[in-house]
Amino acid sequence: MIRYLLSRLVTMALTLVAISVLVFAIIQLPPGDYLTSYIAEIQAQGEQVTAERIAFLREEYGLDRPLWEQYLVWATGLLHGDLGYSFEYSQPVADVVGERMPLTLLLNAATVLFIYLVSFPIGIYSATHQYSWTDHGLSFLGFLGLATPNFLLALILLYLANVWFGTSIGGLMAPEYIDEPWSLGKVGSVFAHLWVPVLVIGTAGTAGMIRRLRANLLDELNRQYVITARAKGLPERTILFKYPLRMALNPFIADLGGILPQIVSGSVIISAVMSLPTTGPMLLSSLRSQDMYLAGSFLMFLALLTVVGMFISDILLAVLDPRIRLGAKSAR
Amino acid sequence: MSDTTHFVSREPFDPEATIAAGSVVSERYAKASQARLIWWRFLRHKVAVVCLVFLALSYASILIVEFLSPYELQSRHTDYIFAPPQAVHLFHDGEFVGPFVYPLDYSLNMETLKREYAEDTSRPLPLRFFCSGEPYRFWGMIPADKHLVCPPEGGTFFLLGTDRLGRDMLSRITYGARISLTIGLVGVTLSFILGITIGGLAGYFGGWIDATVQRTTEILRSIPELPLWLALSAALPVTWSPLLIYFGITLILALLDWPGLARAVRSKLFALREEDFVVAAEMLGARPRRIIFRHLLPNFMSHLIASASLSIPTMILAETALSFLGLGLRPPITSWGVLLSEAQNIEAVALYPWLLLPMVPVVLVVLAFSFVGDGLRDAVDPYQH
Repeated sequence: MIRYLLSRLVTMALTLVAISVLVFAIIQLPPGDYLTSYIAEIQAQGEQVTAERIAFLREEYGLDRPLWEQYLVWATGLLHGDLGYSFEYSQPVADVVGERMPLTLLLNAATVLFIYLVSFPIGIYSATHQYSWTDHGLSFLGFLGLATPNFLLALILLYLANVWFGTSIGGLMAPEYIDEPWSLGKVGSVFAHLWVPVLVIGTAGTAGMIRRLRANLLDELNRQYVITARAKGLPERTILFKYPLRMALNPFIADLGGILPQIVSGSVIISAVMSLPTTGPMLLSSLRSQDMYLAGSFLMFLALLTVVGMFISDILLAVLDPRIRLGAKSAR
Repeated sequence: MSDTTHFVSREPFDPEATIAAGSVVSERYAKASQARLIWWRFLRHKVAVVCLVFLALSYASILIVEFLSPYELQSRHTDYIFAPPQAVHLFHDGEFVGPFVYPLDYSLNMETLKREYAEDTSRPLPLRFFCSGEPYRFWGMIPADKHLVCPPEGGTFFLLGTDRLGRDMLSRITYGARISLTIGLVGVTLSFILGITIGGLAGYFGGWIDATVQRTTEILRSIPELPLWLALSAALPVTWSPLLIYFGITLILALLDWPGLARAVRSKLFALREEDFVVAAEMLGARPRRIIFRHLLPNFMSHLIASASLSIPTMILAETALSFLGLGLRPPITSWGVLLSEAQNIEAVALYPWLLLPMVPVVLVVLAFSFVGDGLRDAVDPYQH
């Protein structure tokens, strides 16, 4: 087990390094380095920049050094929690971000929880009541959930809330709590607002999850050991929970790796539509103004979220299914 | 086969004749090509067939967009800004007139400062069909002025309302189909080429090439797609022409889509390489290239096409999302996503809900593609039933 854990940890670290190279490449993509955009910004404000100051800044940020050295400076900075410097806000990125990162984490974690809590009972019900009306109805809803892009769903919800209740359901807390220190009331307000974006982001994932759990469970339910168990006279409930469900559970958990990128993507666009105080809207505005260091930090953070989530799902899977550890050992 | 008559013929063996002796149905099956078999099986999936017809009509319509839309893409009607959808009526004062509209009367509500349009129900204005209307250049080249339906003389015809510049939404949605529908096809073609080449290399050579490709695809799949798409399209230079941007966006969409295809190609190549028919071909002295293209590729080409057809809707959605967020295509290119980006502001949506209408074709096309893809995937598997 420890051996599997270690090898998985190394893979995760290597993946993160590769992603950081990719993100750094993206930061470098727009024409000109970030100093040119910085100088352009200063000049746009009507101030003059002297040649000495440019040279000073160039050295300060290490822009005269080769690319790989710049990358190392940036990457080691990341490891120390130094996220770079935002030109749009003229502040270190860490100060700009504030509580956005924990809120993003909360939003994504809540969505994952929502998907599992909803799809688990519905998936089991659909499989055990195959071809019933409820099953057909749920399947149809699932198709619709998969086909409707989540940002359109968010727009429709915003519109309906506006028409029916005359209020905005955007945001993640009541207006009076914004920029306030954390208190019980604020936590309560966040949870009261959280369910709308969670529902919107989670719909597609839930629909997919139900379909897969249903298919897996149906496969297992047709196996001969189920017939044997039934012939022995075991009660239906015991048959279901003792064997087929445990078998169908493995892909259910392994799928977390597949839906996490989808959830994180969804949270970005939904946050933008519903103006949630997460990293999404800020990532967008930083990309629009080509404030690449800020955007790079956000990209890195979102990738980290995904990769760590996948790591956790792999560990969970290894705990649940002993065959996976054996597989890792024989592969060495 | 129960109605087949069995007999022993003294004639020399002739496969064609043997088949002909069977029933009509089995003869058709025995002689049908693989593609024909797949087509027959696809036809059994009724929903998929309906969706395929719908998609075929949609794609045919983008050829004659100029003719189908009542107005031009950019023509503005400054007197009719944010006009609501106009209803088409058939009866005036209990009398059948044929399809007609009532003219719109504009007034500014001085209390709410809202533009208000009222129908002047006293005079019906019959619509004209196959008529001369706004002049346009067909495909940007041939000057013409024929339209399927034209606004009545001295009146307007905004079936789906107008936007903030007084442009007809119906015309803009029809024109937007040209971009939105093609971007998925171009993107999938690109990702198909990338996927087959890279996956083929990995599956054929194995070794370190395979390992590199495997790791790369794993990393690409573990990054959330949308933020990466956003970052890449934000990096496109602002100075590029609309056409370059269009191809840039399709390339970006394809760049993140190929890993899935490459993995499929690789695993299929790996599995099929050990099959008896490959060994037989090798024994007969076939070269690797002939084996791959003649014996291996046709085996899973249909699978690849089916899975590619499932990633077209993903691409259409991705383009819509990117343009909606203002980081994909930008005006003057008009796609459904660009149209929807006008609906970003919730106040605007609350006042002018018809700005949300471009999402209807998006959802319809995506649903249709999903069903067709599902049907194809079921149909290409010859050993399923």
